[in-house]
Amino acid sequence: MSETPPQMPKAYYQYLHELQSIDFVLCELTLYLDTHPEDEQALAQFTQFQKRKHNLMTQFEAAFGPLYEFGVSPISGGKWTWSQTPWPWQV
Amino acid sequence: MSTVEKTPSQWRVYRSYHSPFDPCSPRTRYFNVPPNVLQPFQTSARKQFAPHEALRKGTLWPEYYSPYPPETRGGEAE
Amino acid sequence: MKAIWIYEKKLQYPVRVSKCDPKLAKMLIEQYGGADGELSAALRYLNQRYSIPDKVIGLLTDIGTEEFAHLEMIATMVYKLTKDATPEQLRAAGLADHYVNHGHALFYHDAAGNPWTATYIQAKGDPIADLYEDIAAEEKARATYQWIIDNTDDPDIVDSLRFLREREVVHSLRFREAVEILKEYNSTKKMF
Repeated sequence: MSETPPQMPKAYYQYLHELQSIDFVLCELTLYLDTHPEDEQALAQFTQFQKRKHNLMTQFEAAFGPLYEFGVSPISGGKWTWSQTPWPWQV
Repeated sequence: MSTVEKTPSQWRVYRSYHSPFDPCSPRTRYFNVPPNVLQPFQTSARKQFAPHEALRKGTLWPEYYSPYPPETRGGEAE
Repeated sequence: MKAIWIYEKKLQYPVRVSKCDPKLAKMLIEQYGGADGELSAALRYLNQRYSIPDKVIGLLTDIGTEEFAHLEMIATMVYKLTKDATPEQLRAAGLADHYVNHGHALFYHDAAGNPWTATYIQAKGDPIADLYEDIAAEEKARATYQWIIDNTDDPDIVDSLRFLREREVVHSLRFREAVEILKEYNSTKKMF
């Protein structure tokens, strides 16, 4: 019998949830700004959440590997880990 | 018993004509009128849920939150 | 930064399944390859962009892109509900027909087994007609989620489905706003 790959630690789910929350605010603000491009306050909030996303993403990728490829995410530890499990539907 | 609701309900009630030859007992039916129908242009982005709650609710905007299954459907209970 | 769509290695919203119930997968597939499902939605909006006035192209792009995130969520639910199910369990769930054709693979068809078809999506090339089509599509998808929730007693699946249903409400709002933007088109200061 082949071994099943090790499961993700609890911290992975916590980080993921945090990232999903911040990304969701950015998603909602994106759609809002698409129909309200002149709302400067919403734009300022968007910029602020972009910073939060960037910080969180940097921590997440350092701990659990790249979230994007095609050259967007940094390579950590000189290894190609993008194609490793788990994929989003597997976790 | 009917109750007067403070906020406009997102639910409407209807009953269809019931024939003496209809085999099933009559049923009160409900349909949803979501907030995007009642207010089709968002006028302010000020009122917001906090990020975690927004994710859980599926929207950042309390004015456009449409719970389902609803806590109350309004109208008269059977 | 990117001229291609880029895959994000995470779901938009967590998907949990509390019990092995392949029967649920049969219903959920409606939102995978059904007429008002997420695949239809993504392709409908992205395809309409090439003929819609410039001011609403961004909105169609962004909502179309988000629909792919929803497609991945539905796929995740179906995957989790069926991946370890035996042929006997799939048969008991009414999935024998699916199994003989597709095994454990997902396929773009609706809950009744009808394969996805381009005739599910409309592109009339008329901005008002297309946006009203989109509004109707969102309301139909909202209703579909209601009917699936009504038939589901898995609280974790219901949680994810409620999220997806609410997204339909917000998308519908944005399309309604797009109609308002088109109404004002000639009266705006900047003309191109």
